[in-house]
Amino acid sequence: MKSPRGTGTSLKNFPLFGPVAAIVFGFLYIPLVFVVGYSFNSNRVVTVWKGFSLEWYADVLTNDDIQRAVINSLRVASISTVLSVIFATGLAIGLLRMARAGKTAAWSLIMAPLVIPEIVFAIGTLALFVQIRFPLGVDAITLAHTAFCIPFALLPIRARLRSVDLTVYEAAADLGANEWVIFRRITLPLLAPGIVAGALLAFIISLDDFIVSYFLAGAGGTTLPVYIFGMIRNAITPGVNALSTLLLLVSVVIVTVSYIIARRRR
Amino acid sequence: MAATEASALSIRNVSKAFPTPEGGEVKALDDVSLDVADGSFMVLLGPSGCGKTTLLRCIAGLESPDSGEIDLKGTRIDDVPVWKRRVNTVFQSYALFPHMTVTQNVAFGLQMDKLPKGEIAQKVDRSLELVRLTGLGGRRSSQLSGGQQQRVALARALAKEPEVLLLDEPLSALDLKLRRGMQLELKRLQQETHITFVLVTHDQDEAMSMGDRVAVFNEGRIVQVGEPREVYLRPRTRFVADFIGEANIVDVVTEGGGAAITGWGAIPGESWAADSPAIGDGRRVAAVRPEDVMLTAGGDGRFPIIDATFIGGDLHAVVQVGDMTLAARQPAADATGLSTGGRCDVAFRAGSLRIVED
Amino acid sequence: MARRSTSGRAGQGTWWAGLPGLAYLVALVLAPLVIIVIFSFLSRAKLGVGVKWEFTVQPYVELFYSESLSGERSFDPTYLQIFFNSVVYSLITAVACLVLSIPIALWIATRPPKWRTLLVFLVTIPFWTSLLIRTYAFVIILNDNGPINGALTGLGILSEPIPMLYTPFATIVGLVYSFLPFMILPIYASAERFDFRLAEAAYDLGATKGRVLMRIVLPAVRPGIIAGLILVFIPALGSFLAPELLGGGKTSMIANVIAAQFGASRNWPFGAALSVMVLVIVMLALVAFAVVARRSSRRGSQQSLESLL
Repeated sequence: MKSPRGTGTSLKNFPLFGPVAAIVFGFLYIPLVFVVGYSFNSNRVVTVWKGFSLEWYADVLTNDDIQRAVINSLRVASISTVLSVIFATGLAIGLLRMARAGKTAAWSLIMAPLVIPEIVFAIGTLALFVQIRFPLGVDAITLAHTAFCIPFALLPIRARLRSVDLTVYEAAADLGANEWVIFRRITLPLLAPGIVAGALLAFIISLDDFIVSYFLAGAGGTTLPVYIFGMIRNAITPGVNALSTLLLLVSVVIVTVSYIIARRRR
Repeated sequence: MAATEASALSIRNVSKAFPTPEGGEVKALDDVSLDVADGSFMVLLGPSGCGKTTLLRCIAGLESPDSGEIDLKGTRIDDVPVWKRRVNTVFQSYALFPHMTVTQNVAFGLQMDKLPKGEIAQKVDRSLELVRLTGLGGRRSSQLSGGQQQRVALARALAKEPEVLLLDEPLSALDLKLRRGMQLELKRLQQETHITFVLVTHDQDEAMSMGDRVAVFNEGRIVQVGEPREVYLRPRTRFVADFIGEANIVDVVTEGGGAAITGWGAIPGESWAADSPAIGDGRRVAAVRPEDVMLTAGGDGRFPIIDATFIGGDLHAVVQVGDMTLAARQPAADATGLSTGGRCDVAFRAGSLRIVED
Repeated sequence: MARRSTSGRAGQGTWWAGLPGLAYLVALVLAPLVIIVIFSFLSRAKLGVGVKWEFTVQPYVELFYSESLSGERSFDPTYLQIFFNSVVYSLITAVACLVLSIPIALWIATRPPKWRTLLVFLVTIPFWTSLLIRTYAFVIILNDNGPINGALTGLGILSEPIPMLYTPFATIVGLVYSFLPFMILPIYASAERFDFRLAEAAYDLGATKGRVLMRIVLPAVRPGIIAGLILVFIPALGSFLAPELLGGGKTSMIANVIAAQFGASRNWPFGAALSVMVLVIVMLALVAFAVVARRSSRRGSQQSLESLL
């Protein structure tokens, strides 16, 4: 809260808020800590601690099915990221120039995947693909992921675009650059940090997604979260913890990188 | 001024209107015509919203006029896209490319001309030298002061050796001392490069000190064009008289065979400026500068002094004459006996009154 | 005379740039929704996968009525009950999130600026991890052999573990956990814009901390609260994982039933009809949000929403 006079901060401390905040922080992280902790549990019974062990990691990393699932996940995430970033960049530029009516309609369409419950989106795309006889699997998942990664990629890109002084483009034109040169040498380089941030966000969103992947996986399109779900459903094997920890690690690393990049460019 | 072959820019009957949010239109430029001589320094002067910046942008190609023509050295340019015109702009916000160094900024325009790398490097060096920024080529704009950023913007625009250089209120963001220095710098640059400069400003001091000629704008029209001295000494309208320097505007009425100021008396013939227009339709106001209003103290003076303050070495006074107030300024040495609440007589210096259009 | 309409927009691109993205979204977001609506008026396919192209309102009838083997139709509140439960669970989740979020959001907002970005980042991290893993974590924790029961029995408080898993309680805990950041961030965004000098003025006039909180601070962060409630309620309504993994058979929410229609039960039109009902509820909730938000600062709520990303 703004307090330019810098008065005594004791006024800002509401009773119990500190301890409650600590508890809530704990609540946010402790479940994850448990998952990570138990992944090192040598006991087969997941929830009783017996001793430290890395065997579940070994199990998981050498499993063929898991490797395939990981490759599927990475493939889907990479392609979705590239596509959604390209679409999002175009949308960011286009939105800046749209008239009010078109803009509202466009925003509704863009934000729709975030507002609609994911289950509806998942079965909707399933129905679509079945109807046009598009085969289910990794490609179907990629197409669906691209769609709902677009809003995630768009927001950092658009924020970056709006922070650029518009006269810079006029100056470039004044100096002899036509629209394409301006896009290549001015717009894109200036957007770059936003594009990177958007790409990282899109990547995680795709990597972590479950519901859409579950319905569109078909025979050979199992992604990592779908595989983990299967493991949980069938029997809680300790490998789940190891796999989950790995996925957690990747997500946390990517978010942290994105955060650091955003802070540096500010 | 008729277009001559020495005209760099010829602007003819340019009009431009902008739509307002309420659905109407605002005429930013209303049938504007102007000739700018080659190698001269033209200043477009006027209050905000008067159209001077719009005209500048039309010359640059960033706006297109609704009607009229703009010629550059005899060739029509108002239908040429902005990136093809041999006209460059120094923007008010400098608009330096934030992701490029100073050198890259200055080189950008030359790269657009597809010049060989060696030549570009040479021209960049020369440009930076011209604005006295040699050695700072490797910095980014965030590492430069405001004054330095402005010089980079200048160097960048000058590097392409344009036919005309446009400057949009370049000094408005600088503090007073820097501003004075840059006024001299710009004048020097223009004389050294012989490039035609067109500068937009709302500051009449800048216009007077830098311009070879000044075009005064008001509400989308040019109301007077001329050399600075000319415009100051011989304003044609009330607006110009008031905008440039200070002026008292008084109503005059014909009386008998001559003219009089209501509340003051008949105007002696010698008070009129030699080239003052005659009184006629639409011309019933006269302008006189405060330094030409002479006050003499005296208990039986006809007019009350509302305010008298010493500023610098001068007395600034406000006197009530009939229904109006006159501002007067005279050296302190001549101001004995004049004080707030006192009384005085008012006279006008010979040749100081001039009829202006209302 | 050729006039170029470049008025004041040189180099900024055209609105056409957005066309590919919009076209893609129409194909992959709008089209699926349209197909769902269409499917909800079609007949169940014989083999279960897909639909039979015969118009019928049967799917919507099945929401309210069931047919016995003899063909008798009777009013069946099962699905209405599930809808009702889902709305109730979502409301409970939203309120629980609210109660937990206000202290932490206000606490972060009253820390020195340098800490705030870091603290917000720490709140955001769980948001970016897989919902599946976050939900699964509670399968471990609430387990009969899990740490909570283990601690309680170990300390002698309980003689036997309480079954916490596969109950409505577990589902709600899972939901609250999933959506907590969605509530914290908008409230924080509102709180951050709050000019604390207003509170200082109130203190100056003799108000107690409780009064300042209730009468000055909370009303000021109302846009954030409203944004947070919507951001939690709507996704919670459509939640699949928490009821599936933590609720067992007893806590089905709408998403589970819909999923079943496209899985084991093989009744696509009915699943589509259920989805349409969910969409209707979501639209109503959004309209309610828009109305309430219009009364408080509309800009504030929008900023709170955007702050999430």
